[in-house]
Amino acid sequence: MSTAAITPDVIAQHQLTPAEYQKIVDILGREPSYTELGIFSVMWSEHCSYKSSRLHLKKLPTRGKLVVQGPGENAGIIDIGGGYVIAFKIESHNHPSFIEPFQGAATGVGGILRDIFTMGARPIAVLDSLRFGRLDDPQTGARNRRILGGVVSGIAHYGNCFGVPTAGGECIFESCYDGNPLVNVFALGVCRKEDVFYAKAAGVGNPVIYVGARTGRDGIHGASMASAEFTEESKQKRPNVQVGDPFMEKLLLEACLEAMQTGAIVGIQDMGAAGLTCSTCEMGSRGAVGIEIELDRVPQRETGMTPYEIMLSESQERMLLVADKGREDEVFQVFRKWGLEAVEIGVVTNDGKLRVKQHGRVVAEIPNRELADEAPLYDRPHTAPLRRVPLDAPPLPMPNVHAALPALLASGDLCSKRWIWEQYDYQVRTNTVAGPGADAAIVRIKETGTSVAMSLDGNGRYCYLSPREGAKLAVAESCRNLSTVGAQPVAATNCLNFGNPERPEIMAQLVEAIEGMGEACRFFGTPITGGNVSLYNETLGEGIYPTPVIGIVGLLPTAPPVATAFRNAGRNVILLGGLGDCDEQQFGSTQYAKVVLEQLWGLPPALDMDQEKRLQEAIREIVRAGLAESAHDLSDGGLAVALAESSFGGIGARIDLDTELRPDFLLFHEGPSRVLVSTAQPDKVHAIARKHGVESPVVGVTIEGEVEISRRGEPLGRWFIADLKSAYDHALESHVR
Amino acid sequence: MKFGVIVFPGSNCDHDAFYATSHALGQKAEFIWHDSAALGDVDAVILPGGFAYGDYLRCGAIAKFSPVMQAVRKFAAEGGPVLGICNGFQVLVEAGMLPGALIRNRGLKFVCREVQLRAGTLNSPFTCTAEKERIYRIPIAHGEGCYYADDHTLDELEAEDRVAFRYVDNPNGSLRDIAGVLNRERNVMGMMPHPERASEPLMGSSDGLVVFQSMLAAAVRA
Repeated sequence: MSTAAITPDVIAQHQLTPAEYQKIVDILGREPSYTELGIFSVMWSEHCSYKSSRLHLKKLPTRGKLVVQGPGENAGIIDIGGGYVIAFKIESHNHPSFIEPFQGAATGVGGILRDIFTMGARPIAVLDSLRFGRLDDPQTGARNRRILGGVVSGIAHYGNCFGVPTAGGECIFESCYDGNPLVNVFALGVCRKEDVFYAKAAGVGNPVIYVGARTGRDGIHGASMASAEFTEESKQKRPNVQVGDPFMEKLLLEACLEAMQTGAIVGIQDMGAAGLTCSTCEMGSRGAVGIEIELDRVPQRETGMTPYEIMLSESQERMLLVADKGREDEVFQVFRKWGLEAVEIGVVTNDGKLRVKQHGRVVAEIPNRELADEAPLYDRPHTAPLRRVPLDAPPLPMPNVHAALPALLASGDLCSKRWIWEQYDYQVRTNTVAGPGADAAIVRIKETGTSVAMSLDGNGRYCYLSPREGAKLAVAESCRNLSTVGAQPVAATNCLNFGNPERPEIMAQLVEAIEGMGEACRFFGTPITGGNVSLYNETLGEGIYPTPVIGIVGLLPTAPPVATAFRNAGRNVILLGGLGDCDEQQFGSTQYAKVVLEQLWGLPPALDMDQEKRLQEAIREIVRAGLAESAHDLSDGGLAVALAESSFGGIGARIDLDTELRPDFLLFHEGPSRVLVSTAQPDKVHAIARKHGVESPVVGVTIEGEVEISRRGEPLGRWFIADLKSAYDHALESHVR
Repeated sequence: MKFGVIVFPGSNCDHDAFYATSHALGQKAEFIWHDSAALGDVDAVILPGGFAYGDYLRCGAIAKFSPVMQAVRKFAAEGGPVLGICNGFQVLVEAGMLPGALIRNRGLKFVCREVQLRAGTLNSPFTCTAEKERIYRIPIAHGEGCYYADDHTLDELEAEDRVAFRYVDNPNGSLRDIAGVLNRERNVMGMMPHPERASEPLMGSSDGLVVFQSMLAAAVRA
């Protein structure tokens, strides 16, 4: 196999264009061997090289005064004070999760966890952002339910055993994800500032050590698979999906963190996408050194593996590290203690090349820098973003808001996700101050006495209607979620899920979303310290909605969290930010349009970033001053849904709204920059709101057992909380069955 | 008082048990590695939650052969208090130190949620400071926590007052709502709920402290 002739067909099978192949020949000054072709093909795949997106990713803000490490490492790093830092990143495992939901999702969790602890940080939280096809679709529903079940148990299996709390996330159902679910996993870890490790090789003559699971034939070309559209043949790619072993990962975590304490480790990187290939050439390139390895020494699970297979395997739970020469034994001792295999497989050299030997013979020799950093870069043509829905609203029927509210609460996107998150251990490590179901997850850092809040957000419908505005809205919402629990947003990570970038109308979605995200992150002071791009999310030529997911982290003092739900009757209900506004076009992007009218048109809600920022400053101050008995931000489903969710503790509200807005718009429009607050001290809340130039109308009072809404005294709807809660609580379980 | 927290390679609630006993309870605690043949000078042993050796086989089936379990057995035989939480309970059952078995939850899925418990007996070093009719809010997090034993064993447990905790609203199908049991000598207890996760108000409940406080009170009395 390693001697196979390189024909144009073979090149095409490796998803390399003739021009890319020529570039390889130019770099090497000769024709590549089959092994070398394989190595180039994975490193230059879209997944590893970001060749379509790199040019535009440069537009994102990456610097800030708390940023210790921006993009380019395994994870971004932020200084949280007190001598500690947090490392965090989000990654996608979309393609594997469609082919094999359980293992695809499980190894997605495994991959991102390794990215965190390879930096020296112990993972303390995972969040996930999931998208599936509709569960009740007559054609695809059964498959979508199976994918949902598999993905959730895969995440649970891996995270629960590893011992990291899955503390939050989001889950949305939409037909466009029928043949292409999205599984984006975010992880965050903590470590002392001086204990951060980088994936950089250094010191000519230093040993290169392989640690962890043995290498098998699983996952070969996983990275390339993730860089192509799905076709009918994709199911045959199941062997490309890796199999995860969370127990092995847990051993690897403990052993790596302990080995790092010896001071004998120079650099370390996990073997994720493109396995041994990626870890060797990237570590070499970052350190501007060469790396030479002997494949005979690589622990192997199967016999007769070719160099091509060993170099491209994506077997899980493996790490590569460079140790100080003469101190190898200190490292080996730690790994022995944890029962792990650690083997010296090579050495750092001074020639800048990745040299791979088998049985003493050189089977590949490639300059590290060209391989890792000189991948082709494409400025792909982009036109107007794809859009197949009208701008103007259809004739809108007379609303039945009384029936609409329970229907919305029982819809896939808005209903309780308890069925999902109860399968996750969201409390292990006893740091989870606010877990799943809260506006933002909050995890305390025992070492510093402070806490970190996290929120993942992304709205494909908004982004389909306007990629730029949709991406800005996602950033605004994520920051609002953090601010609502009293946290100051400080940094972000992004996962950009899009279709085929070779189609100009898809490329346009990507470009506009990146620009919008960059603009908003700059405005809200949340630099993007890393992330992931997942393209070719298409099945049989049908793309997903453009779905940029943003994960933002915020800092706050450790304290009991503000409640989402009203706690006492007789309190003032304040709609901080006011009633907002909406027109017919903007109403087309709402959950009401999706669930009740079953249509999509128009534009996403209008965002005034300046107003949003002032609103966030106000709610943070109100919450931190302890003035809010409850606080819940308005988002999908608008005011009525937020009111219902705030009532699920048994205390509801009697609301009267002073506006001309039509009832369906009023109750269900999704205008941003609004937070529902209940308080016993309305004057103090007004004073803070006034200071920040934010409206703070008292819209009602909390009452026992019911939600009542009227407009200028005219009743619009009245619901028993028990009925609303029942619709909300049981919907997902009944869909899943 | 000094608690010894056993660390199997796949234990993941070891730090939590350590934190609850040292920080929330204010006592000494130390970790004991799974291949240790001796426990040192500890006054009580905790087998924490997690996945001892991966638990790809039956939970706890491999852990019972580990060197440290010989020492734990000896410690228990000499009357030392041994608390098994979640995976620790599974290990104690597999090791034959407690009766019965823990099988897959009735709902077949892993469940993480706060449950309500009542102490089944106050006559043990793990429940001696508990109140008889009080409801304790303590979380569970397990996939294999359905307590199972034959009728004879269950009758015997009840007749000998060895049910340490019962679920108010059974989350996993455990027979007779059993959440925790004692050995005949009453110095070994296993429970599926996690008292260490309910040991300070910030976590939403400090009801779990009752278990550690009882152990402390019993040790002081002894």
